[in-house]
Amino acid sequence: MSPEPFQILDETGRKVGKAPRLKKDLLLKMYRALVDTRAFDDRCMKLQRTGKIGFSIPNKGVEACSVGAAAALDPATDWIAPHYRDFGMLFYHQVSLEGLFDNMYGNCDDGAVGRQMPVHFSFVKPMKLLSISSPLGTQIPQAVGVAMAMKKRGEKGVALASFGDGSTSTPGFHSGMNFAGVFGAPTIFLCQNNQWAISCPSEKQTASESYAMKGEAYGIPGLRVDGNDVLAVYGAVKDAVTRARAGEGPTLIEAVTFRMGGHSTSDDPTRYIEAAVFKEWAKKDPLSRFRAFLLAEGHLTAEDATAFEQDAEARMLAAAQAAEKKPRPGLTTIFTDVYAEMPPHLAAQRDACIQHFTTRGEGVDEKGEFPL
Amino acid sequence: MSHNGNPGGRQLTLVQAVNDALRTVMREDPSVLVLGEDVGPKGGVFLATEGLTKEFGEERCFDTPLNEDGIVGVGVGLAMAGMKPVCEIQFQDFIFPAFDQIVSEAAKMRYRSGGQYTVPMVIRAPYGGGIRGGLYHSQSGEAYFCHTPGLKVVIPSNPYDAKGLLIASIADPDPVIFLEPKAIYRSFRQEVPEGMYTVPLSQTRTVREGGDAVIFCYGAMVPVCETAAARVAEQRGKSARVVDLRTLLPLDEEAVLQHARDCGRVVVVHEASRFCGFGGEISALIAENAVECLEAPIKRVTGFDTPFPNTLEHYYLPDARRVMDAVEQVLDF
Repeated sequence: MSPEPFQILDETGRKVGKAPRLKKDLLLKMYRALVDTRAFDDRCMKLQRTGKIGFSIPNKGVEACSVGAAAALDPATDWIAPHYRDFGMLFYHQVSLEGLFDNMYGNCDDGAVGRQMPVHFSFVKPMKLLSISSPLGTQIPQAVGVAMAMKKRGEKGVALASFGDGSTSTPGFHSGMNFAGVFGAPTIFLCQNNQWAISCPSEKQTASESYAMKGEAYGIPGLRVDGNDVLAVYGAVKDAVTRARAGEGPTLIEAVTFRMGGHSTSDDPTRYIEAAVFKEWAKKDPLSRFRAFLLAEGHLTAEDATAFEQDAEARMLAAAQAAEKKPRPGLTTIFTDVYAEMPPHLAAQRDACIQHFTTRGEGVDEKGEFPL
Repeated sequence: MSHNGNPGGRQLTLVQAVNDALRTVMREDPSVLVLGEDVGPKGGVFLATEGLTKEFGEERCFDTPLNEDGIVGVGVGLAMAGMKPVCEIQFQDFIFPAFDQIVSEAAKMRYRSGGQYTVPMVIRAPYGGGIRGGLYHSQSGEAYFCHTPGLKVVIPSNPYDAKGLLIASIADPDPVIFLEPKAIYRSFRQEVPEGMYTVPLSQTRTVREGGDAVIFCYGAMVPVCETAAARVAEQRGKSARVVDLRTLLPLDEEAVLQHARDCGRVVVVHEASRFCGFGGEISALIAENAVECLEAPIKRVTGFDTPFPNTLEHYYLPDARRVMDAVEQVLDF
């Protein structure tokens, strides 16, 4: 029941499946998104390790899932309901780099106004990338609702819900899949099976032979792809998007990958994953695989590859430094955006808060370390 | 009370007024959708959505799988994408699978996205006892939702308000929990204007004038408190003011304090259990801001701190006599 995941590029970047016919521009855009994602991830890890930011979510190893899926969507019509390990989607669609670091620092220009932990991004431009939640799986039925709204209005847009293997155990997964199946909602369910939910392996999540097969119970086609093969992910999502736009309903895609790091900066994966497993998956790295393919096809030169990486590192550093200089959000932002219009009891609490903190002559103890 | 409806309305029950509100808004605004269990051709188990699928089609009033998490989670998505969903939860007792979507998602979306994403959605649910529904068809869970910033919590007590408050809730840019007192869904009729009108949120209504004590209440307890106040007047010659809170969150705090100052003696009545119930909030509000006006300790008349019983439900639910006793206690203090 659990076939080998669909592959276009093998571990060495050699073409083993029928590659979609893609223009060089698109291939390079995907490649640069992979490079940028890794550079961002790397910069955020460094910022966290040096105490500049409080938290990050390692994305190394899973980038092809996000980038391949994002590349199959049309930013003008489609919506993404991402989870927190989806940096690649943000980079493929080129959201504001400074905006990303503003969120990591929780500064005054952060889209989430410093209210969320780092990596809980929210963007409406250049496409709808829904505000990311910490409770898992909640975005799945929301994506279905978005898709149903578009379908009801006769629009061509689709919604992609992205989540990990652990989220298939949540009520949201069941709710979203079941509603999408019943209503034929133009939704793509992307399960990034990175095999670990913090420290719990797949066998602790499900007794099913695969995550893809769960689609069958909902009347939704399910397939497995190699999640470290950006072309395979792109191809599978593109097909699912085509089906959804044609009114043929939702698709579940299980992208098999591996998280080459901890769940977060607060997690030490060597406590529960053997070193040999990391070594094995390092050979399947999505970035070097795609680079080898592009070099072999003549789309990329070694010099360009190096230049892309250096350029990415420099841009990350510059953007991080710019974000670091910005002040935190003003005290009143604790009270805004609770409602469209601030009710009197909140205005009173705001005024009392400002009065207290502007007159008490004593700072606030801001210590605190996040355990997860 | 703003009143733009046509004069000369019909005599409707509360549940008919809910239906009339939905129909009226759906005629005006094609983005309004109704979804839930059995809300389609059957018209809902209480018939609140009767005839809507027939008039507006299955695209706009539709049955969903039996899954409250899905109803609200999909509703959040519909709302973010520009629709105005009105989700029906068949009984408020069944809302808890959707608690995460309500509390973690709908209530926080505007805040956590800095206003980029918003959830203009109404979740309707019949609540409260009095129908021999036992543990799971009788609960009053308003306090759970009142403890969640970002939500609005509205409870009508009569047909006119039910229509006007529901229309205002659907027009509201934030998520509204709209709890309907099913015990009085059909217990009396009232003139309800045709067409659009709203009863603004966050405004209390004085149901009965009086100055010797004030009774704060909402939903199905309003007629109970009116009866109690009438009996106090008859038997004691004292006048108890009855105030229907109508919107619990955001509460019209100034009005509550003014009524407390006017009367000096306060009783709060709800059928929900007492501990951490809404009566505690009203009491604390008055104690913190107007304690000098109090001539007696505040009394709460509430359900007991037990699950909701079935056979003995009328011993659990506050009735006019229990409210009267409390009013007499504050009068005699």
